[in-house]
Amino acid sequence: MQNINLAHVEGPQQTLTMHPKKFVVWLFIVAIFMMFAGWTSAFLVARSEGDILNNELPQLFTITTVILLISSITMHLAKRAVRQDNLAAGRLLLGLTLVLGTAFLVGQWMSFGQLVAQDIYFVGGSAIQSFLYVLPFMHGLHIIAGLIFVGIVLFRIYRYQVHGRNMASIEMCATFWHFLDGLWLYLFLFLTLNA
Amino acid sequence: MATIQSHSSHDAHADLHEEHAHHESFITKYIFTTDHKMIAKQFLVTGLLWAFVGGLLSMFFRLQLGFPEMSQEWLRPLLGDWINSSGKIDPNFYLALVTMHGTIMVFFVLTAGLSGTFSNFLIPLQIGARDMASGFMNMLSYWFFFLSSVIMFCSLFVETGPAGVGWTVYPPLSALEESIPGAALGMTLWLTSMSLFIISQLLGGVNYIATVINMRTRGLSFAKLPLTIWAFFLTAVLGLLAFPVLFAAALLLIFDRSFGTSFYLSEIYLNGEALPHVGGSPLLYQHLFWFLGHPEVYIVLLPALGITSEIIATNSRKPIFGYRAMIGSLLGISVLSFVVWAHHMFVSGMSPFLGSVFMFLTLIIAVPSGVKVFNYLTTLWRGNIVFTPAMLFSIGLVSLFISGGITGIFLGNSAIDVYLHDTYFVVAHFHLVMGAASFFGMMAGVYHWFPKMFGRMMDNKLGYLHFWLTFVGVYMVFFPLHYIGIAGFPRHYYTWTNFEAFSGFTDLHAFVTVAALITFSSQLIFAFNFFYSMWFGRRATANPWRSNTLEWTTPVEPGHGNWPGEIPTVYRWPYDYSKPGAIEDYIPQNIPYSMTPGSNLPHENELVDREKDDDAIIIDESETDTTK
Repeated sequence: MQNINLAHVEGPQQTLTMHPKKFVVWLFIVAIFMMFAGWTSAFLVARSEGDILNNELPQLFTITTVILLISSITMHLAKRAVRQDNLAAGRLLLGLTLVLGTAFLVGQWMSFGQLVAQDIYFVGGSAIQSFLYVLPFMHGLHIIAGLIFVGIVLFRIYRYQVHGRNMASIEMCATFWHFLDGLWLYLFLFLTLNA
Repeated sequence: MATIQSHSSHDAHADLHEEHAHHESFITKYIFTTDHKMIAKQFLVTGLLWAFVGGLLSMFFRLQLGFPEMSQEWLRPLLGDWINSSGKIDPNFYLALVTMHGTIMVFFVLTAGLSGTFSNFLIPLQIGARDMASGFMNMLSYWFFFLSSVIMFCSLFVETGPAGVGWTVYPPLSALEESIPGAALGMTLWLTSMSLFIISQLLGGVNYIATVINMRTRGLSFAKLPLTIWAFFLTAVLGLLAFPVLFAAALLLIFDRSFGTSFYLSEIYLNGEALPHVGGSPLLYQHLFWFLGHPEVYIVLLPALGITSEIIATNSRKPIFGYRAMIGSLLGISVLSFVVWAHHMFVSGMSPFLGSVFMFLTLIIAVPSGVKVFNYLTTLWRGNIVFTPAMLFSIGLVSLFISGGITGIFLGNSAIDVYLHDTYFVVAHFHLVMGAASFFGMMAGVYHWFPKMFGRMMDNKLGYLHFWLTFVGVYMVFFPLHYIGIAGFPRHYYTWTNFEAFSGFTDLHAFVTVAALITFSSQLIFAFNFFYSMWFGRRATANPWRSNTLEWTTPVEPGHGNWPGEIPTVYRWPYDYSKPGAIEDYIPQNIPYSMTPGSNLPHENELVDREKDDDAIIIDESETDTTK
């Protein structure tokens, strides 16, 4: 059996595949991206109808963006540490990611307070003002999902279920987390340029 | 020609673990199952039940339209106080009936019931996989759909009635709970149900895409994929790109309804009082909605076209004409479906220049659609046609697709659409091209794959009766509606007898209603045939239609894991019907070229040498030729 299997290079080819579950993560990323594409294009439509925002974006958004960028770096380092079977460092770095992600969420929440201080409310204002809440809020929901994912992987590292030869779940987690980071970067730049 | 028998060597235990007997309880086998075949049947039965509910609702409003003077007092036992004191259907309930008919048919029957059933059932079977990429997600997909179904069904019974603002739920009507009774609790339930439905579709679609791309058996390249799988694959891609946008739109609508934001609501007065909303745009909703809504048309239609391609090739005993052109046209339709949405909004006050751009893009869809139609006809041309009920429904689909597609060319012209918009012409157009055509595809699929689903055959004679009554009935219902529409008769009107201009259509409307009643009743024949054959039908053989695709190489009733032995390897495309020189008029995909020396073309003979290196051939040589 084995020796024959070696020979099928010339016969019907094994189909080109990747890890189905990793692929599923990418597909969910596409779906999430489409959702935010819907909202940001709705934002543009609202703006094109003469709806403008006179205020500055909350200062905190800059800080939270930096926090999230750093968390992406720690996530990347965590993945590398786990790949090298340096589980202690992996745990530490992934835990750091968890903390930074939570800090990001808290920062986002506080930035809502800054919006309120600027007299921008979710309800009662224009569509654009509401979008300043909707976009970070919906992104925040996905961050919560991402944090749960990070938590699960961290737990699995403690149980020695994730290590150098079993990287699938931490790789999927990293992909998702980097995507959420990129998504926020997109939203942040979008709001900076268009608000 | 029989299929390759399972390996004589039993060292492939890694591949055979699914063969071990599963000790399944009723709950894990029939309810919380992760087996794609059972999930497909769950989708099918739920979809069929919804089809009857949706159809019944349409009967109620057809009665109102066809016989406006008739007392509907006799419906009181069923509809209760929705029959008002003068023995008429309540006007608000009429709007709810129309809304729910549309919602149920488009989403619950033709999206979940059609692609939910056949994508789940056929993708693993036709690509040679044991199951979906994630059986658990697949199960979740069904149960989200179930939950969404339960909520939508419950909304039929709330006091203010189900959603009554049209299946497109345009704001401001849908965004203001006080606007009409149909925008109250029923609308809230509608939005809840649809959100769950979108989650279900995404879970399902993600699974279909991941499975098709990653889990094809050895040798099954994209260029050898059956057209059904191509269609299901592209349908899932469309759903993945379109449904999140609908979700985005629905969420903003929920914010407007329940939190008081102004995404879709501009300055507005209700009952003489100014509402606090400022600056929103109801048109924004229409853009977001139709960005889903138009691809949704193809989400509904593409699986039906895929099923038809397969059935027409099999039953014409001919290769599908223009296999690559068929794939190309599927791709073309999929891409175009995202850039034509504004043709639903020609009368929304858009710039005429923008209108002409969308008109141009819309009319281009006629090209890939035409390619498909001509390829169906040329496949049938001089074929050795076997008229099974599935084949009849497939040919019926082609007929409906042509007649409904041609009226699409009228409606796609922005200038003509200004006149025809919101008339019965539109109703007739989309019911033929998308509603009835997809329904015919679904029926064709049920008749064709019933033996693989339940191991028994459906009754052919009842199938013929069902087909002819439905086919003639559908044309009798929707053809007259074109004329009524050209005369300017508007959709969604509860009563029209007060208008002098329209009173001449009483007889035509009555005719349509009678035809609709007959068509709907004849579906009971199908229901009987379906459920009766499930238990008492003639036992099926493994390959009753003498078809080429991999699902027919499984046992009559495939168990968990689909193939008891090793998964078959694919050597050829799925349309080797009536190949000159072949012993039989079909050669299944898993038969290597070395077994069919008589029919091989020169370039295929070259492949024979390569197959020699392959393990499956070595097994075949050790066994006697199974060709009979």
